[in-house]
Amino acid sequence: MTKTKNRGLILILLIAVLLIALVPLFALKGAEFGGSDDAGSVMIGEITGTEYEPWFTPILETLIDGELPGEVESLFFCLQTGIGVGVIAFSFGYLAARKKYRREE
Amino acid sequence: MSSWTKNERQFVVFTAVFAGFILATPQAFAMHIMEGYLPVTHSILWSVISLPFLAAGIVSIRRTIRDRRKALILLAMSGAFVFVISSLKIPSVTGSCSHMTGTGLAAILFGPAAVSVLGIIVLLFQAILLAHGGITTLGANTFSMAIAGPFLSWAVYLLCKKLGVNRKAGIFLAAMLGDLFTYCVTSLQLSLAYPSESGGIAASAVKFLGVFAPTQLPLAVIEGILTVVMVIGMETYAKPELREIGFLREGVK
Repeated sequence: MTKTKNRGLILILLIAVLLIALVPLFALKGAEFGGSDDAGSVMIGEITGTEYEPWFTPILETLIDGELPGEVESLFFCLQTGIGVGVIAFSFGYLAARKKYRREE
Repeated sequence: MSSWTKNERQFVVFTAVFAGFILATPQAFAMHIMEGYLPVTHSILWSVISLPFLAAGIVSIRRTIRDRRKALILLAMSGAFVFVISSLKIPSVTGSCSHMTGTGLAAILFGPAAVSVLGIIVLLFQAILLAHGGITTLGANTFSMAIAGPFLSWAVYLLCKKLGVNRKAGIFLAAMLGDLFTYCVTSLQLSLAYPSESGGIAASAVKFLGVFAPTQLPLAVIEGILTVVMVIGMETYAKPELREIGFLREGVK
């Protein structure tokens, strides 16, 4: 059946993903790995020749009077990933079980 | 359709509502133009351009909810996929981190219009709660991530289908190119706002692309691969739903 073929393909694909994601980390020792958003604003400074002064500050930063703490930010990230994976895993679990226990198809 | 019990239907609706909440929770570090970094005229212009696409998106999603309830579980999963994918910051060959958009899957399954609505909800909340992207740059970011990228994904997918390219290869290309295109559009938006003194808009665009493209290329490949994996999973377990949205034709095994 195609099932085993797919399984092999998925395995290969996931290994490829891991390699692409992890190789730079080891290949470029000591690199900073900052966000590319910041690289963008640095480039704006380079092109215009002056440090660009944003004319609007994010609402949240105005509310809490400063930048969002890094730890809180990573909390949001974990929350985001966790909930997303939850929905996908739950849906696939449901669909897989449905397929397994239903006679037709 | 009649084989669906009340419970199953409730589950799908519940999942969809749940997905709505997910999309509404903060999402950070999209490669967005930051708050206050676009001139006022540009901010307004991009917002106006995005409006008709959003209107089409609302119509599209309402029709899905009304006519193809069964497919809502796929919409929920596509939304959750965007959510997961864009929360993962991946180190790239240039020594900086970026992340993917995840919009290709929804674009291929539901068309680009639906994605524009999913995208703007995500962008709006992350602009408000996580200070990534911004309210003033919302229009521009919506256009690049939730409209331009998905539209290209969708077009590439249809083109590959027409040319008889292998399905999985077509999906891979669609998701990958959509991701890259998002960043190209962002570069263009930035260079329109900040033309280089010596070379004008073009020179500026090359500079911005130089920052984003090398970082994004490997990530776009990852996005393509993950989208293919998701589709394989859906094809294995969600055939009835895929048929309902016309993704699989009747009789295709």
